[in-house]
Amino acid sequence: MSTADVCAAILWIGVTLYAIFGGADFGAGVWDLLAGGGQRGQSVRGQIDRSIGPVWEANHVWLIFVLVVLWTAFPTAFSAIMTTLYIPLALAALGIVLRGSGFAFRHALPGPVQGTASRVFGVASVLTPFFMGTVVGAVASGNVPAAGDGDPTASWTGFLPLVTGALFVAVAAYTAAIFLVRDSGAAGDQDLRDYFARRALIVAVVAGVAAVLGVIALRQDARFIYDGLTSWPGIALVVLSGICGLAALVLLVADRNRGLRVAAVGAGVAMIWGYFAAAFPYILPTSLTISDAAGASATLTEVIVVFGVAAVLVVPSLILLYVLSQRSALEAYSTSSEVTSPRQ
Amino acid sequence: MSSPALLLADSSSNLLAARNQMGFTLGFHIVLACFGVAFPAMMLIAEWRGRKRNDEAALRLARNWSKAVAVLFAVGAVTGTVLSFEFGLLWPRFMDRFGDAFGIAFAIEGIFFFLEAIFIAIYIYGWNRLSPRAHMWAAVPIVISGVGGAFSVIAANAWMNQPQGFKLDASGHVTDVKPLDVLFNNATGYEFFHMLLAAYMVTGFILASIYAVGMLRGRRDAYHRAGLLIPLTVAAIASPIQLFVGDTAARAIADDQPSKFAGMECIYKGGTDQTEWLGGICTDGKVKGGIGVPGLDSLLVGFSTGTNVTGLNQIPADQQPPALTMLHLSFDTMVGVGTLLFLLAVWFAIAWWRKRDLPETKWFLRAVAVSGVAAVVALEAGWIVTEVGRQPWILYKIMRTSEAVTPAQGIWWVFAFTMLLYIALFTTAALIIRALARRWRAEDLREPPTDVPYAPPREEEATA
Ligand code: HDD
Ligand code: HEM
Repeated sequence: MSTADVCAAILWIGVTLYAIFGGADFGAGVWDLLAGGGQRGQSVRGQIDRSIGPVWEANHVWLIFVLVVLWTAFPTAFSAIMTTLYIPLALAALGIVLRGSGFAFRHALPGPVQGTASRVFGVASVLTPFFMGTVVGAVASGNVPAAGDGDPTASWTGFLPLVTGALFVAVAAYTAAIFLVRDSGAAGDQDLRDYFARRALIVAVVAGVAAVLGVIALRQDARFIYDGLTSWPGIALVVLSGICGLAALVLLVADRNRGLRVAAVGAGVAMIWGYFAAAFPYILPTSLTISDAAGASATLTEVIVVFGVAAVLVVPSLILLYVLSQRSALEAYSTSSEVTSPRQ
Repeated sequence: MSSPALLLADSSSNLLAARNQMGFTLGFHIVLACFGVAFPAMMLIAEWRGRKRNDEAALRLARNWSKAVAVLFAVGAVTGTVLSFEFGLLWPRFMDRFGDAFGIAFAIEGIFFFLEAIFIAIYIYGWNRLSPRAHMWAAVPIVISGVGGAFSVIAANAWMNQPQGFKLDASGHVTDVKPLDVLFNNATGYEFFHMLLAAYMVTGFILASIYAVGMLRGRRDAYHRAGLLIPLTVAAIASPIQLFVGDTAARAIADDQPSKFAGMECIYKGGTDQTEWLGGICTDGKVKGGIGVPGLDSLLVGFSTGTNVTGLNQIPADQQPPALTMLHLSFDTMVGVGTLLFLLAVWFAIAWWRKRDLPETKWFLRAVAVSGVAAVVALEAGWIVTEVGRQPWILYKIMRTSEAVTPAQGIWWVFAFTMLLYIALFTTAALIIRALARRWRAEDLREPPTDVPYAPPREEEATA
C-alpha cells in the first residue's frame, strides 16, 4: 500500500464515521420533523434532545475532517468535485447552517418560535443528507471529470445521484431510529421504544427499495462500480451488509436491544467499504486515480501522522463523551440557571 | 459584444463577489471564534473562583455563561463549516495547486476542533451530574484546544502572507513540502500571538461591557461586579501586550510585505525620513486631511529617521493593494482603538492599585460599556488590513486572487442570501441571549440572599 492509499483509507474512515454518527444526527432530525404535536410529539422530541444534544457537535466534526483530508491529501480531486458539484454542495452547506442553528436555538427560544426552529431543524435534516447523497452518486457515476468544471446541473440530477440522495436520507433515518430504540429502551420507556422500532422497520423497507433501485442505476450509469460490487472483494462486503441488515431486522422484531446497533451499523459500514473496494484504485471513478490525485509526499506523511495522534487523543475523548452521555451523566439543555441536583 | 471582453467582465465581477462573500463570512465567524477561544477560560476562572472562595455570584456566572456558550458555539461551528466549503467553492484553483501545503495546518486543527467540541459538551451538559473537580478539569482541554485551534488556522493564514516550505513543479503544483517550515513561516509568530490576545480582548471587553451596562442601569450586585471584574481583568492584562505584539507585526510587515505596509501607511514615495500619517484620505499620490508627523514612520520601522521605507512608486502598478484609503483608515482605527483600550486598562489598574476595588464611577462604567464594540471594531479592522493589504495576491507574490477564483456564476446572489441568513442568525442569537439574561434575573429575584452559598435545592426547582 502506498502512502496515498493509506490517506485514502483515512479519508474513508472519516466518511464512515460521519455516515454513522452524522447520519444518525440527520436521521434524528427526520424523526423530529415527523413527530407531530401533542404529548407524543413532546416525548419523542425529548428523547431526541437527550440522545443527540451533547454529541451532535462532535459528530459533525467528522465532516470537517473529511473535507480537510480531501483537500490536503487529494487537492486535485477536491477542486474537481467543488467546481462541478458546487450547487448541491452549497445547498448542503446551507442545510448544515440551518439545522445546527435550528437545533441549538430551539431549546433556548421562547415557546411560540420554538416550533419554527424545530421545523427548520427537521427540514434541513432531510435536505442536507439528500444533497450529500447526490454528490456521492454523481462521483460514483463518473460525472466529475478529473480536470473539474463538469456539468453543474446534469452531473447530479441523473437517476443514480437522485436515488443515492434518497438512500442517504432513508439510511440516516434508519440509523437514527435504531439508536433511538436503544436509548429509549435503556431509559425504560417501552412505549417510545416500540414507537421507534415500528418506524425503523418501515424505513428499513424504504431503504431496501432505494438500495435495489440504486443497484439498477449503478448497472446503468456506473458500470465500473457495479462490476466491482459484484466481484471479489466487493461482493463479500455486499453479502456481509445483507446479513447484518437482516440480523438487525430480526433483533428489532424480537424486541432485543443487544447487538441491535452493531448489526444495523455493520450493514452500513460494510456497504461503505464495499464502495471503496469497488472504486479502488479510483478516487473519481474512472477519471482520476488515488495516486494521480495525491498531493506532495511529505504532506501525505503528515496526514498519516496527524491521524495517528488524533486516534490517540480524540478516540478516547469521544468514547468518554459517548459513555457519559449514555450513562446520563450529561443532561439535556436547560435555560435555567438553577442547580437541579447538586452533587457537591 | 466580443466574447473575451464579456468573459473578462464576468470573471472580475465574480472575483469581487467571491471576495465579498469570503470576507463577510470570515468576518462573522471570527467574532464567534474569539468566543470559542477565550470564553472557556473565563468560565473556568469564574468557576474556580466560585468554588474556591465560596463565591456564589462567580459560580452562578460560570453556570450562566455556559448556557450562552452552548448557543454561540453552535453558531461558530456551523459558520466555520461554511468556511471550509467556501475554500473549495470560491477558490478551487488555489486549493488545487496549494491544498497540500495550505491544508497542513488545517489537518492539525481537526484534532483541536474535536477536543474542543467534545469537552465543551461535557462541560456544558455536565454541570449538575459531574463532581466539581471533574467538571473543572473538563474545561482545561477546552482552553488548550482553543489556543491550538487558533494557532493552526492562523498558521494557514500566515502562510498565505509568507508562503514558505515548498517548491513548485513545472505544472505550478507544490512539491518538496516541508511541513514545519509551512507551519512556522515568518508571519506565524506575530499573527498567532496577536490573534490570541485579540480573542481574549474581544471576549473580555464584550462580557465586561454587558455587566457595565447592567451596573449603569442600577444593578450593582455581587453578580454584576464579578461579571465585570473577571473578564475586564483578563482583557486588561492582554491590552499592553497587544500593543507590543502589534508593533512587532507592523515592523515585520515593513520588511516582509512592503506592498502591504506601503498601502496601510499610504506611503506613495519610498525613501528615508517618512512621515507618519494619522488618518486622512489617500488620493492623487498624497494623503489629504490627515495629521502628519515628519520622520515618525521611519523611526517606528527602524528606530531612526534615516530608515528607508518602500513606497508604492517602487511597486509595479499591478501588484499594489486596492482601496488604499480603506486600508489606511482600517490600520489607524485598529491602532487608535488599541491605544484607547490600553488607556482603559491603565485606568482600571491605577484605580485598583489605589483602592483595591472596582471603580464604579459613571465614566468608568461608560468607558467599559463601549469597550466591547470597540474591540470588535479593532478586530475587523485588523483583518481588513491583513486580507485586503495582501491583495492582489491570494498567496503573496505567488498566486493572484484572480487566478484562484471559481468560474461558477451567481455568487452575487449567494452573497446577498448569505447576508440575510447571517443577519437572521445574529439577531436570533442576540435575542436568545437577552431572553436568557432576563430569565436569570427573574430567577434571581426568587433567590435566597446571596451570602448563603450552596443553598439547598428548593421544591419548585425539582418540578421546574
Ligand atoms: C482586539 C483587537 C486588536 C487590537 C487592539 C490591535 N490589533 Fe492588530 N490585528 C488584529 C487585532 C487587533 C487582528 C486579530 O484582527 C489581526 C488580523 C490578522 C492578525 O494576525 O491579527 C491584526 C492585524 C494587524 C496587522 C497586520 C498583520 C498582518 O497583515 O499579518 C498589524 C500590522 C497590526 N495588527 C498592528 C497592530 C498595532 C500596531 C496595534 C496597536 C496599537 C494593534 N494591531 C492592535
Ligand atoms: C486562516 C485564516 C484565513 C484564511 C486562510 C483566509 C483566506 C482568505 C481568502 C482565500 C480570501 C479570498 C481572497 C482574498 O480576497 O484575499 C480572503 C479574503 C478575505 N478574508 Fe481572509 N482568511 C483567513 C482569515 C480571515 C479572517 C479570520 C478574517 C476575518 C475578518 C478574514 C477576512 C477576510 C476579508 C475581509 C477578505 C476579503 C478581502 C478583500 O475583499 O480584498 N480572513 N481570506
